[in-house]
Amino acid sequence: MLSKRFGRMAVGTMAGAMLMAAAACGGGNTGGDTTSSAQPSAGTASDAPKAGALKVGLAFDIGGRGDKSFNDAAYAGLEKAKTELGAEIKELSPASDGSNRGELLRQLADAGYNPIIGVGFAYGEDIKKAAEEYTDVQFAVVDSASNASNVTGLLFAEEQGSYLAGVAAATKSKSGHVGFVGGVENDLIKKFEAGFVAGVKSVKADAKIDVKYLTPDGDFSGFKAPDKGKVAAEKMYQDGADIVYHASGDSGLGVFQAAAAAKKKAIGVDSDQRQTIKETDLQSVIMTSMLKRVDVGVFEYIKAFQGGAKGGSNVVYDLKVDGVGLATTGGEIDDIQDKLDAAKKDIVDGKITVPAKP
Amino acid sequence: MPAGLYRALLTVAGAMAAIVLAVAISSVAISAAGASPQAAFAALFNFGETERAVVNGITTMINRAVPLFIAGLAVAVGFRMNLFNIGVEGQYRIAAICAAYVGTLFTAPAPIQILVIIVVAAAVGGLYALIPALMKVGRGVNEVISTIMLNYIAINLAAFLVRGPFTGVREKGQLTTSTPPLPESAWFPNLNVLFEMFGLPAPRGGGLWGFLVVAILLGLGVWVLLERTRFGFEVKASGLNASAALASGVNPKKMVISAMVLSGAIAGLIGLPEILGDKHNFGSNFTPGLGFLGIAVALLGRNKPAGIAVAALLFGFLDRAQGPLQFANVPPSVIAIMQGTIVLLVVVANEITSRMALRREERRAAQHLGTNTPVEVKA
Repeated sequence: MLSKRFGRMAVGTMAGAMLMAAAACGGGNTGGDTTSSAQPSAGTASDAPKAGALKVGLAFDIGGRGDKSFNDAAYAGLEKAKTELGAEIKELSPASDGSNRGELLRQLADAGYNPIIGVGFAYGEDIKKAAEEYTDVQFAVVDSASNASNVTGLLFAEEQGSYLAGVAAATKSKSGHVGFVGGVENDLIKKFEAGFVAGVKSVKADAKIDVKYLTPDGDFSGFKAPDKGKVAAEKMYQDGADIVYHASGDSGLGVFQAAAAAKKKAIGVDSDQRQTIKETDLQSVIMTSMLKRVDVGVFEYIKAFQGGAKGGSNVVYDLKVDGVGLATTGGEIDDIQDKLDAAKKDIVDGKITVPAKP
Repeated sequence: MPAGLYRALLTVAGAMAAIVLAVAISSVAISAAGASPQAAFAALFNFGETERAVVNGITTMINRAVPLFIAGLAVAVGFRMNLFNIGVEGQYRIAAICAAYVGTLFTAPAPIQILVIIVVAAAVGGLYALIPALMKVGRGVNEVISTIMLNYIAINLAAFLVRGPFTGVREKGQLTTSTPPLPESAWFPNLNVLFEMFGLPAPRGGGLWGFLVVAILLGLGVWVLLERTRFGFEVKASGLNASAALASGVNPKKMVISAMVLSGAIAGLIGLPEILGDKHNFGSNFTPGLGFLGIAVALLGRNKPAGIAVAALLFGFLDRAQGPLQFANVPPSVIAIMQGTIVLLVVVANEITSRMALRREERRAAQHLGTNTPVEVKA
């Protein structure tokens, strides 16, 4: 009993000492730092310094940088802003449970970044709160509508791009059986499903389409579970599907592995995954990718910010402005390009309205 | 050297060795990830440049520690009698959504409104924990298996409820789903005044969660219950030796049910700091995984409220560094590695030191027996 109590005290003292040291470090910094940064004085209404150089902050969605997909596409846009606009950039990934999204935005704002971009609809509420706290910082959020006067919503017409992916899949499929793997069953990913299904049916009305979501709404682990993606896709290939389209972030890796094992094809999402995927042996299974040009959205937003644009509204990137589309790397869909162009033209002209809900 | 002092020194040495080793292992991992360990440890202690950033940092750390502390308590109550309640994860999620929804159904003066929400959360968590308890008592189902399975049910049920029956109005263009917003009388007042007292700026975001006070009271309550009441003694006795406890009149079935329900009721409160203090609803951004982290926190804190508090603060301290580490170009997964190694090494160190102390004690006792002539007792 005694030893346990002492053990507890020992651990307690240790951690306590660490914590105190932490507090001391923090305190020390506040005293000596007023000269080095642009802040006139801490504790004023806003800690954000006046914009001299362009400092762009970006906070990723769960999965973070290196997902070869959604987040990496956003990073490509940020990097372009660095090289072409001379911006100073900083990108942060959230904890795996996503509990610190708001905190990341505040840390960026406190460090003087402006504008700040949240990647992913999950930032919707946190961006709103941060925007109200830091009124002279401009924010943008990908996949979510503007909800404050200094927030710009960067939206994409995923259903239109997915429609083209559906057309490509149905045209290329020999068995007339295709699949869709969604990461999380929420309204965003359902847009992908709806567009894909409509696209497939437009080519083969009797095509069989397997649809599988990895996790229910509210459980974001489906975006970073390659194991689940693999199981889901394996089942579809075994059941006879020969092309599987995934909209599941990191989990797509599992879909590609299943495709390679079954010697069948898959369609990537967000980025040109045939190029971005690290595993070279999986490149050849990626027939095409539904591009969601988050990079374009992010870059154009930063450029517009530099030009003095303010938030409060949404910008929609659809087929018309090539905000979505199909990747041609590998040349596997070159032979059906006419068909795809025709479908694209019909959508742009308004002849086809792609449903956004399944 | 007295045995107590020896043991104490041994434990301190063990904890020291564990932390030094954890730092060493993390340094290797950081170097392997291509970053500088020095920069990483500097970032861990870097709370920011401005007063506001420091206040924000401290707030983040404590706000993270509060639910972890409650989770640790919930797990520890079960652990104390060798009940492995792995179901804390499911219990707190289902309790959180039910409490968040019930809180929107009425408006009462703030203290009543908040109290009702807390009671609902504890009741739902406790009832959900009653299922595995009854299964264990009635049919001998291992609680590890049943609680893990019930986690999946709870997680999916919560996801269904937030989309379906309990869903609120979604703002146009938003993709996050949540329950309707709680009325303002259900917002737990924050403790920002603690910072303002020292002339510091108030933290941003939800501020320092007032639920901290409830957590501290809960910790005290659990300590009193486990250490100073008959119930606590029976829990401990059942945990140390179930058959001996039974022989001395402790009803094991009753103990399983009450300990499990108590554990579940505490688990039910894990989500409330976030819901009442910051989000004011249960939504798709609700923090998952706290129940599992609670197991690590309870282990690190040796199932004692004070130890759990320290462990929770340590975890909060490490988790807070997510941002600063990335500002220093260190991958934030380092934190998970550090947490894992610390828990593992501290548990190992505890075991080694207590064995060493035990062996020394045995040797001392043996020597004592060998040298001392037994005292003859005169009839």
